[in-house]
Amino acid sequence: MENLRGGGVMEDLWDVAVVLFQVWISVVLGLIMLPAMFGLSLGVTGVYIQILVKILEWATVRIQRGRKEQPTLPLPLANGIIEREGGSMEEEMGELRCSRPQSPAGREFALCDVFYFYKKGIESIVDDQVTQRFSSEELASWNLLTRTNQNFHYISLRLTIIWGVGVFVRYCVLFPLRITLAIIGLTWLVIGTTLVGFLPDSSAKNWLSELVHLMCYRICARGLSATIHYHNKSNRPQKGGICVANHTTPIDVVILANDGCYAMVGQVHGGLMGIIQRSMLRSCPHVWFERSEMKDRHAVTSRLKAHVAAKNKLPILIFPEGTCINNTSVMMFKKGSFEIGGTIYPVAIKYDPRFGDAFWNSAKYNMVSYLLRMMTSWAIVVNVWYLPPMTLEQDGEDAAHFANRVKSAIAEQGGLLDLAWDGGLKRAKVKDALKEEQQKMYSSMIVGQNGNISPEPHSRATEKQ
Amino acid sequence: MKISPAHIIRLYDRFEFLDKEGSGQLRLEDFAEVKELAMNPIGDRIIGAFFSPGQETVDFPSFVRILAHFRPTDKNRAKDSTQPEPVNSRTSKLKFAFQLYDQDRDGKISRAELLQVLREMLGMQVTEEQLESIADRAIQEADLDRDDAISFEEFRKSLEKVNIEHKMSIRFLR
Repeated sequence: MENLRGGGVMEDLWDVAVVLFQVWISVVLGLIMLPAMFGLSLGVTGVYIQILVKILEWATVRIQRGRKEQPTLPLPLANGIIEREGGSMEEEMGELRCSRPQSPAGREFALCDVFYFYKKGIESIVDDQVTQRFSSEELASWNLLTRTNQNFHYISLRLTIIWGVGVFVRYCVLFPLRITLAIIGLTWLVIGTTLVGFLPDSSAKNWLSELVHLMCYRICARGLSATIHYHNKSNRPQKGGICVANHTTPIDVVILANDGCYAMVGQVHGGLMGIIQRSMLRSCPHVWFERSEMKDRHAVTSRLKAHVAAKNKLPILIFPEGTCINNTSVMMFKKGSFEIGGTIYPVAIKYDPRFGDAFWNSAKYNMVSYLLRMMTSWAIVVNVWYLPPMTLEQDGEDAAHFANRVKSAIAEQGGLLDLAWDGGLKRAKVKDALKEEQQKMYSSMIVGQNGNISPEPHSRATEKQ
Repeated sequence: MKISPAHIIRLYDRFEFLDKEGSGQLRLEDFAEVKELAMNPIGDRIIGAFFSPGQETVDFPSFVRILAHFRPTDKNRAKDSTQPEPVNSRTSKLKFAFQLYDQDRDGKISRAELLQVLREMLGMQVTEEQLESIADRAIQEADLDRDDAISFEEFRKSLEKVNIEHKMSIRFLR
């Protein structure tokens, strides 16, 4: 008898669970997915963001008050901890030497020259501009996420309670919701693109394929609670062009694809990623490379050229930095993307770090843990600026110079620091060529461009036979 | 500007960041990881300044002590000959820079030592003769007692007018 009764309770629990699940799914489908698929918004996320902003502002005030009572804590800084002179080698050496009488030709060695290199060296030991770009940005004030808690100590009970509530909301309410949406989004992407793939090539197929892609990316964006503000939509990338953007995270793709269809470029992966890639390929031409093909720059360029030349294909999406940077700066753009030809449509992407750290530190986190972190942040708030299209100037501009021009435009629009460093330094050693460049610059100050030392101003040195 | 506890915390964060093995000590390889330092022509020499002769590691107090040479000079310090010279005074900074040249610590920058530094700073960009000629002229200008080497006093005299306090100082932003 007891077993039966025990069984009854279990069945009741099971029924309740099923009902709850059905309610859950219909809420998800009805209130979130369907509007997302058609590009509508119920405004819930907007309200959520506003509430969040109010809470974070209150938290900031409390933390600042608390910080006054704990003056030993360092204040967070986003762009380095020491003052740096911005001048070139010539300018700063000139300042070092300004008190010395100049020889007529103005070039000679001075004992104080070494101070310039000495100071630069010590500065880089204390704080270097490159490495800090490969770790997450330090926030000006704690945003109530445990993961961004650097040197923020216990301030007040109320703050801790809010933080606790935040943890509960993020992990137990938002996270399951987002996972469900993400799974639905990706499944629909695979199914939808495979279905469209069966159609014969026609404009209807293209239109359907674009629709499927857009819907799926919109669902995925909801799966991250992403609020995206697009600026200057008139400059949106057109067919047959190349879209370049600064790279912070793989989510960049979702962010951009919410507003337009792009042909993706990338390496063929195995597993789940591979399935998604293959099915996407069925409905519209993306450019996926085998690992071996990636090494051959010429093959890569010619394939991309062919894609661009067929003017009716979707614009290619490329991230010329080659690696993820932490969204405080833009690093060197690899010139390969700019040698393909065609019109370049630059796009600047800037994440608001208060709501979640979007940067993917691939050394620290793998893709899965990164996505889990994303789904347990407050939200993702992004600003996307479409810049006016740029092309290679005819008067002998080379690809590298063009790349720098585009990079500066993106950096300026996004409010990011424009650095000349190569993002590849994340993993690679510094090439000797960089040291040689420094030596070249210095030697041109001392011995002049053609290697001649400036003549003696007064008494002649011993003549060498 | 005074060094605050917050600055020490910053330096310790940096020390921990450089200490990739988490051993509490920095080794040569840890310094070599700093990208900007790797492209500095005298980068190896600067790294060497952190290691006392015979030592292979640098602990945090030593790290800070060396960096303290680059603290901005306290201009209002009263000249008190009974107090030991602070590590960031003009004289101390000059001595520290002198040691960069004078690797064998014999109190003089010999011709050979000067040539070594010049070779590092100029690399393969100049010929041996050009190097000798530059060294000749530098010694000629600074060497007052004609012993073909630059002593500390001669070094100090030739840099009389240079704004060492500013040029060999690093300021924290906040």
